This record gives sequence, structure tokens and C-alpha cells, in this order.
Amino acid sequence: MVTLIYFARLRESLGTGSEQLVLPAGVRDLNGLRALLMARGGAWASELAGNTPVRAAVNQDMAQGETKISDGDEIAFFPPVTGG
Amino acid sequence: MPVRIQSEDFDAGREIASLRAGNAQVGAVTAFVGVVRDMNDGSVVADMELEHYPGMTEKAIAEIIEQAKSRWNIFDVMVVHRVGHLKPTDQIVLVVVSSAHRGDAFEACEFVMDYLKTRAPFWKKEQTPHGARWVESRASDDVAAARWRQKD
Repeated sequence: MVTLIYFARLRESLGTGSEQLVLPAGVRDLNGLRALLMARGGAWASELAGNTPVRAAVNQDMAQGETKISDGDEIAFFPPVTGG
Repeated sequence: MPVRIQSEDFDAGREIASLRAGNAQVGAVTAFVGVVRDMNDGSVVADMELEHYPGMTEKAIAEIIEQAKSRWNIFDVMVVHRVGHLKPTDQIVLVVVSSAHRGDAFEACEFVMDYLKTRAPFWKKEQTPHGARWVESRASDDVAAARWRQKD
């Protein structure tokens, strides 16, 4: 089980702020997870396709597509940051 | 705590006094205050909502402060960032740096701000006459952060 969190524009478009997900065998990195979520279609497919930039963090550290994920991780998807 | 995320306003004078309190080695203190403007990308901004990623925000800023301390000869850094509902003229962010000499304090303060803009997980949503919109990140912020990249 992993915890998925969505922020800002993604949270609004996807209609959810967080969820728990059982990682299927074979999904070992962020690229794999993103493909799994995009297969849900609709806003999931369009938001995560990469046409608008999306960033991700694994256990609260900025991460890349090749970043490994495993059970117990906290994984967040969000737009590029705009603080300050 | 060198990092505070809060909805309340802050008093820059008080934070500066507290950062250098009792340290007679401090010869310079720099402070940056970011403020909400009433105009952005050609639209009037009535107010805004600042969202963040609790936990990661504090961690990301603490890492930026550690980097600043390893690169410049500075004593302490304090960052206060507001979240929630903000309106034009409100203060958003405060960075305070203390050092023995001004050069280190000036540079470290600018570095912390440039990195915060591109690495700390905050998102602004503005209310304009045309409706609400999420602020998009600026290429100029990436350029500002990139100039601190070290040649290893």
C-alpha cells in the first residue's frame, strides 16, 4: 500500500486530494505509477500526460520518473511550485 | 525552529532581533520580505490562496538553509512563509540571514530566496476579475536559481 497525494491544480482536476493504493506487482518506479494512473482515463490521462508540467515527490523529496517506489511510500504529484 | 509556516502575519523587526540576539560576532543581518502585488500577468489580483505540502515544505526549506550554511560564512537563517488567504500589500515571505560581514549575508539571502521559489512546495491561486487561476511557474525563476549552481 502506498499513499498518493495531489496538490493545487492536480487536486482540483482529479477531484481528490489523496488516496491509498495497493501497488500492483511490476510497478516499481514513478514512470510505472504514472502509467497506471493515466490508464484511469479522463482527467487522470490528460493531467498526467505531461502536456502541462507535473512534478513528483517520493517521501517528501523531489523525484524523477526513474525514482524507485515501494510499499509504505508517500508519493505526491503537483504542478511546478510557485511560492515566495 | 529556523523554518515557520503560518497563516498569521509576521514582524520582520522582531524576527531580526531574535535571530541575532546575544551573538556579538554578528556584524551583518540581511532580510528579504516578499509582498503580494495587486497585478500579475496583466490581470488585477483581488486576493490569493497559498497552498503547501505540510512536512515537505519544512524539509525542503531546511535543506536549502543547510546548503546556504555550507556555501557561505553565515551564522543563522530564519525563514517565515505564510499560507492560506492573502491579499495585495500582505507580506508573504521573510528570509533573515546573519553573518560577520555583509557580503555573505547578502548572497546567502538571495540564494535562499531563489531556491525557495523553485524547490519549496507552495502553490498560489489568484482571484482575478476573470475568475480564479493557478499561478504558473516562471522561467525567470529557474534562471535565477540556476546561476547558483556550482561547478563541481
